[in-house]
Amino acid sequence: MTQSVPKIRIRNLSKSFGSNHVLRDVSMDVETGTSFVIIGGSGSGKSVLLRCILGLMVPDSGSIEIDGQNIFELSSAQRNEKLQQMGMLFQNAALFDSLPIWQNVAFALLYGHRKNKPKVSRHEAYDIACDVLKLVGLDPTMVSDLYPDELSGGMQKRVGLARAIASKPEIIFFDEPTTGLDPIMGAVIDELIKSCVDTLGSTAIAITHDMASAQRIGDHAAMLYKGELIWQGKAKDLLMTDNPYVHQFTHGLRQGPIKVETKVK
Amino acid sequence: MIRQISKPLVWVALLGRMVLSGVQEAGALALFALQGIINIFSPPFYWRIFVGSMINIGYLSLPVVALTALFSGGVIALQSYTGMAQYHVDSAIASIVVLAVTRELGPVLAGLMVAGRVGAAMAAEIGTMQVTNQIDALRTLSTNPIKYLVAPRLLAATIALPFLVIIADILGVLGGFTVSIMKLGFTPQGYIMATFNAVKPMDITIGLVKAGVFGFLIALMGCYHGYRSKGGAQGVGASTTAAVVAASILLLVFDYLLTDIFFSK
Ligand SMILES: Nc1ncnc2c1ncn2[C@@H]1O[C@H](COP(=O)(O)OP(=O)(O)O)[C@@H](O)[C@H]1O
Ligand SMILES: [Mg+2]
Repeated sequence: MTQSVPKIRIRNLSKSFGSNHVLRDVSMDVETGTSFVIIGGSGSGKSVLLRCILGLMVPDSGSIEIDGQNIFELSSAQRNEKLQQMGMLFQNAALFDSLPIWQNVAFALLYGHRKNKPKVSRHEAYDIACDVLKLVGLDPTMVSDLYPDELSGGMQKRVGLARAIASKPEIIFFDEPTTGLDPIMGAVIDELIKSCVDTLGSTAIAITHDMASAQRIGDHAAMLYKGELIWQGKAKDLLMTDNPYVHQFTHGLRQGPIKVETKVK
Repeated sequence: MIRQISKPLVWVALLGRMVLSGVQEAGALALFALQGIINIFSPPFYWRIFVGSMINIGYLSLPVVALTALFSGGVIALQSYTGMAQYHVDSAIASIVVLAVTRELGPVLAGLMVAGRVGAAMAAEIGTMQVTNQIDALRTLSTNPIKYLVAPRLLAATIALPFLVIIADILGVLGGFTVSIMKLGFTPQGYIMATFNAVKPMDITIGLVKAGVFGFLIALMGCYHGYRSKGGAQGVGASTTAAVVAASILLLVFDYLLTDIFFSK
């Protein structure tokens, strides 16, 4: 085992949509078992970066290595195997609204085409779903047979989290896990994320623009601004750094290097 | 000077661009259809979705298809009677009804009804899943969305529509029979004899082949337009409309082509 290979290594990743250069030369490393937080304003390319790593979007150039293997050099079967080790909590939870909660949670076990994994019966899948629901603080007897639209936003996020961790992924992605929740529920979700990641020993990448959340979840942090990673460091240094962009963003200042147009010229 | 030279070229360029985008669209559709078909035959196959679609397309469309067929058969009997009474060939009514229904009206009317009911519903369901990231979520849960969403629907529609058309054929003939007996003074035996003398197994078979093709086209349009939905509720609405319009037009075009191939020898 080489200690030096990071779980995820991204080099010079670029992606544009027409003339809109969303990612420019993004490079970052995420060490195994650590949590990496990416902060940045709306439209700065955070979601696009996650989608590239997840293989939902193909970047224009650059490389993404997972366990030292460039995913763009793998066959599609090998890439699917890598994907199988990843879980994602979507910004809007993206639960399957035609399926009851327990099937949402156990979806990958029930329907996923998972190589080298034992098949589970519906019965086993139900039991696993209940266990995972408990892990995220939901009472399975109450929610397992409900449908997603019968739950509150915070509960949907928890189900989304349960679905993302049910197959025990090695890497978990969180896209703005606390956006749209009240501060207390946000803290609860952060705590659940932290404990799930610690329990599974997973590597995590979270994107957020909630500073409190970034501090709670992250070991390392980076700031994305106009598609470039302009700062990387320890999450606990986010509020102390003298980088003017990060300072303005983390303190929510109107004045600073980041200009937001409020008037149409 | 440059403007003057380029004026006609602008039109050429515009035409070229339209042709290109048309070709691109056709290529994308063909690729989508091909992927759908390949995924029917490669494991795993999602039986639950297939059975659900069969029930939705076949069973739940029965009332509307049955009513349509019944009344159309009756109307043809009436129309051909008033049209032919003057030539004293009213014995031809039974054969007109049965041939019109099995060759044309059964498949086409059932197809159009199902396109409105099922094609629209498929586009709306898959479109909603697309714009709420549920399709991305499928991919992060080791599930191929084409295999999970599209393949079972294509197969179900291709199988269900011929069954619907068998029912439509029977009820269409029954409609003609009822009108002929109750209103036009035919004897039941005579009418039934005339019906069976007129219709050949080939007529029914070709009608059912048409139905299978129509079923495939309806599901293909529903899935394709749903899959390409963009931009929220309005986008889903637009793709629903597009699915129904495209399915109806394709259905009539293919009806002509198939009729030309099978009957015009
Ligand atoms: N599929 C797409 N097609 C075109 N443009 C896109 C697409 N996805 C994202 N973008 C653009 O990329 C930019 C960054 O988007 P995103 O990564 O979602 O921002 P955020 O940092 O808020 O998550 C935006 O300007 C957006 O318009
Ligand atoms: Mg985003």
